[in-house]
Amino acid sequence: MLLHRALGLTDEEAEDISRILSRQPNELELAMYGVMWSEHCSYKSSRIHLRRLPTEGDHVMVGPGENAGVIDAGDGVAVALRIESHNHPSAIEPYQGAATGVGGIIRDIFTMGARPIALMDPLRLGPLDDARSRWLFDGIVRGIGGYGNAVGVPTLGGEVVFDRCYARNPLVNVMCVGLLPHSRLVLAKASGSGNLAVLLGSSTGRDGIGGVSVLASAEFGEEEEGSSKRPSVQVADPYEEKRLIEACLELLERGLVVGIQDLGGAGLTCAASETAARGGMGMDVYVSEVPLREGGMVPAEVMTSESQERMLAIVSPDSLDQVLAIASNWEVRAAVVGVVTEPEDGVGRFRVLDRPGGSVLADVPAASLSDDAPLYDRERRAPKDLAQALADDPGPLAESRSVAADLLAMLADSSWVWQQYDHQLFANTVVGPGSDAAVVRLAAPGVPSSGRTGLAISTDGTGRWCALEPKVGAAMGVAEAALNVACTGGRPAALVNCLNFGNPEHPEVMWQLSEAIDGLAMACRALSLPVVGGNVSLYNASEGADIDPTPVVGVVGLIEELASPPPGAVLAEGCAIILVGADSESSLGASRWAVEVCGHRGGRLPGLDLDAHARVVEFVTGLVAAEVSAEEGAAAGIVSGIHDLSDGGLALCVAEMAARSGVGAVLDVPVSHGYLFNEAPSRVLICTSDPDAVLGAAGAAGVVARVIGQAGGSELRLGTGQDGVAIPIGDLAGSWSAALGQRMASFSAPEPQG
Amino acid sequence: MTLRAGVVVFPGSNCEHDVVSALGSLGAEARLVWHKEGDLSGLDLVVLPGGFAHGDYLRPGAIARFSPVVGELAAFVGRGGAVLGICNGFQVLTEAGLLPGALQKNIGLRFVCRDVELRVESTSNILTSALEEGERVRIPVNHFEGCYTADADDLRRLEGEGRVVLRYLDNPNGSANDIAGISDATGRIVGLMPHPERAMSKLVGGGDGRRLLSSLLGALAAA
Repeated sequence: MLLHRALGLTDEEAEDISRILSRQPNELELAMYGVMWSEHCSYKSSRIHLRRLPTEGDHVMVGPGENAGVIDAGDGVAVALRIESHNHPSAIEPYQGAATGVGGIIRDIFTMGARPIALMDPLRLGPLDDARSRWLFDGIVRGIGGYGNAVGVPTLGGEVVFDRCYARNPLVNVMCVGLLPHSRLVLAKASGSGNLAVLLGSSTGRDGIGGVSVLASAEFGEEEEGSSKRPSVQVADPYEEKRLIEACLELLERGLVVGIQDLGGAGLTCAASETAARGGMGMDVYVSEVPLREGGMVPAEVMTSESQERMLAIVSPDSLDQVLAIASNWEVRAAVVGVVTEPEDGVGRFRVLDRPGGSVLADVPAASLSDDAPLYDRERRAPKDLAQALADDPGPLAESRSVAADLLAMLADSSWVWQQYDHQLFANTVVGPGSDAAVVRLAAPGVPSSGRTGLAISTDGTGRWCALEPKVGAAMGVAEAALNVACTGGRPAALVNCLNFGNPEHPEVMWQLSEAIDGLAMACRALSLPVVGGNVSLYNASEGADIDPTPVVGVVGLIEELASPPPGAVLAEGCAIILVGADSESSLGASRWAVEVCGHRGGRLPGLDLDAHARVVEFVTGLVAAEVSAEEGAAAGIVSGIHDLSDGGLALCVAEMAARSGVGAVLDVPVSHGYLFNEAPSRVLICTSDPDAVLGAAGAAGVVARVIGQAGGSELRLGTGQDGVAIPIGDLAGSWSAALGQRMASFSAPEPQG
Repeated sequence: MTLRAGVVVFPGSNCEHDVVSALGSLGAEARLVWHKEGDLSGLDLVVLPGGFAHGDYLRPGAIARFSPVVGELAAFVGRGGAVLGICNGFQVLTEAGLLPGALQKNIGLRFVCRDVELRVESTSNILTSALEEGERVRIPVNHFEGCYTADADDLRRLEGEGRVVLRYLDNPNGSANDIAGISDATGRIVGLMPHPERAMSKLVGGGDGRRLLSSLLGALAAA
């Protein structure tokens, strides 16, 4: 096979490279273009569509394109956020794959000068009746905990969804949020000819070579699910990263670096060329100066290795001694591996030399590695059977089914997962994992804090919706994340997205991607949510089938005055239960009930009215913000519990509230699957001691609301007539808490064969 | 008189800032102490905080015990100082031989982070003197290696001498005799797995950690 093809480049791409260089590239240059022009690094199939996302907002300090987005949180403090995927590595080596995903996203955050304060880990896996799914789930959760706990960043949430489309290709997305004083914001830019490029952190080894091209930008073949791609998975060292965080934050705090960039996908090639290109400068890198983990590595390996826990800092020669001293104090390796150079004829050159003053092994325009990457407008086509799928309504399946049994089958407490994660470090966690949104005080070591502001974070995204109607489904994901944040009193402020899709060479997948991006754009505009960063993960497919299109979004919101915890998803004895939003039967198409309980994937989604949704978000934010701003011990508020309706609809929403609080309820509602399990958006349940006040406020906000029942007693009763269903709280709580733990109890450690 | 506390930072520690701010909120003057420092003069209290000192390489605390600051602790206590080891700090104290026994992997072989109910077993030590014997407190744990283990003689001695400080009511890790915290013979060195600094207010973690740390500072002020 021709070398460029082995490196993942097409014949046309190889010709482009020759045109850029006006000569044939040598092997090292080809290897560098191979990783930089990979789908993972260049977004060559998605860039053309991503441009349609709204990115502007008064409070946006840094938008997409840098290592992380940054928004102003007031009082001189800013919030940095980013989300990424580590799907393919986790499919092959779940512990290391998930762990290195956590490490990578944390580096993106502290690169900006921010102290990482929160991780969110949205996971998508195959059902746990499959041994391999249990092995993957166990390894992924251990990897996230093993890294996050030791590196000292609390994991505050992230949902877990089980669906057979992810069985051989789990999704492991990870979002990180950090805080920084405005004054510490640093960009990944090289400036000042003669400034030095200092490589900090781990030595460079052969792990992860070709991670972005071989692993992340191609589908798995049948034989590769096992182990043959394992050498392309990197190995994680949270202790190295912990010291790197402390050392880098100290360097940034003291103003000792002019630019800094982490080494992630495409390793040193990417970090060095991108910092040079962003600053309009050139850079010389000396292979001999890179500390190596093993002997015999050739320059192409050194330049493309994805060894973890490494940073590249641009430092003026005057500051070098201080930089080296700080690194040494934290036991962090530091080596000068290059120098910033003047552009030649306006073009910054990225040159690789064997040693300082030695021979030139590669010489390319720095910006060509990123800016000249190919841009594809791939063919898009709606699936042929779409009309048929949309017409295939699951409603009739309900006839022979029991509401109570179906409800119990869907209840699952996620604490088995998050009790393995440190979710309390920094002692700012007001609401931890397992709720609508996580809430932390806006505070961190080394960041000035008013001590009064809070930050709410939620991740959401529902593949089964998007499989049928990607545009509406993606918009509903944004809507849900915003409403989750509102349920804690937060005002949604910014969004990051992680687009997990199948093979972009399939026109149906490109159609899904394009539609989903339109849906995201539409929802973000309606809710005034700027997109400040994102990640695209393509080629998620195995056994020949693409995964359901799964755009995952992370939304952060600010809580102006956080004096007491939000009410949470609970019921309180004697309180009225109010349903905000549509109070009717609706389509069960792509609902959790249809897909998970009945195995039926057709039908239509309930509609989404974004204007109405914006009013609900505004109303809920205001209502809960008033609750959380009240000081401890002040007169009790009127909202004793609140939970948004999402997966499993109204029935699952109230069942979760009952199971969590041990308080029952009687709801005067129709006892039909179409009413109880539909997933129409823009709805919340509010448990309140003063229903008149809540209804009055809803009316004033232009929001539909009605009292549908009363909390109290020891059973959950749905419907007050003959056809009513009653479930004892004990049964709810039992199903709720046993669901995950019991299924994983049968887990055995060795990787299952076959 | 303002109490002076030093909170030790090993590479890999991560709860040091939380302890400093918890003690600060109770009126103590708390500062970070780098693990290579050997001079503890002027301090009333040294806290070894939670985290993963030296990455927990080999086993938790096994490398940290060789840090200069740990070598000074026995003399510091001899001069009337007090030492509190929280979580990883407790592991360091057992590795250094300042407290008996060892902390092994949790019996479920999984990391566990959640609130636990504890009973105050003894009040003749620096941490719990202001609480009542038999009183219950709710504090979070956060560890993989929290299963307290000691030989039969040590356990008998700890129980007989009233050196079991806190006991789990719902043992999360398989600890012998449900032990969550112990003291040395003088009562001036205490190690515990739960994190009182994570339970300092109704807003975050509940207030029982504040009661423990207030008790600690009260005992030191009275001495």
